[in-house]
Amino acid sequence: MSAWTIAAAISLGLVAGVLSGVFGVGGGILFVPTLVALGLGQVEAAATSLLAIVPTAATGVLRQRATGNLRIRAALVVGVTSIIGAEAGVRIAKAVDESVLRRAFGVLLLAVAVQFAIRGLRASRRYPDGS
Amino acid sequence: MRLDQVPAARLALIGLVAGVFSALFGVGGGIVIVPLLVALVAFPIHAATATSLGAILVTATAGVALYALRGDVHPGYAALVGLPAVAGAVIGTHVQGRLSSGRLTLGFAVLLAAVGVWLIVG
Repeated sequence: MSAWTIAAAISLGLVAGVLSGVFGVGGGILFVPTLVALGLGQVEAAATSLLAIVPTAATGVLRQRATGNLRIRAALVVGVTSIIGAEAGVRIAKAVDESVLRRAFGVLLLAVAVQFAIRGLRASRRYPDGS
Repeated sequence: MRLDQVPAARLALIGLVAGVFSALFGVGGGIVIVPLLVALVAFPIHAATATSLGAILVTATAGVALYALRGDVHPGYAALVGLPAVAGAVIGTHVQGRLSSGRLTLGFAVLLAAVGVWLIVG
């Protein structure tokens, strides 16, 4: 592994962390391709990404507990039930043609993006100075 | 409706949907959890992102335990990307605290659009 590769992996990790802190996502969307580029297989990259997500999310959680934004009860209910959902998702993935579903989900996300953009613009106009 | 009194059934629905989608498409739960917390239980965007991180912490911890048993987890590689990510998360939450909800919602729209395009094209 070259020094350049390591530097690139560290930079992508940093960016993933910033995205995680700003948007409340895990960062896996950047971790997984980075780990694949480092030579891990798809399953190993996904598994290793989860381990990288744990301290990243924990850092955000600790910070957000101080701000009062974190709702612990809601986080626990959503977290535990999504483990059950993921179990079902794995079974569905084996049974259906994933590429069609993938595109449909992409379109759905674009539709939600438009809705969020409208919502965000309205809020910015109503409270131009913040909050 | 106060945020701590949101019906558990709706939260459970959000978790189930997020879990199915993340397993199906390899996207993280957050990209699904945040919009659902905003749309279904009227969480303000800052509370939605913070709570999403809490949920992800639970899910990722459980996932790691399962994968580690099968020997798929590489701790050295996880540290290589995860430690800089911890520093990034400190910066990210600091930045988020200074963003208005309007700006944060707009930023999330851009993230959603990027992932949407990636799913369609990739």
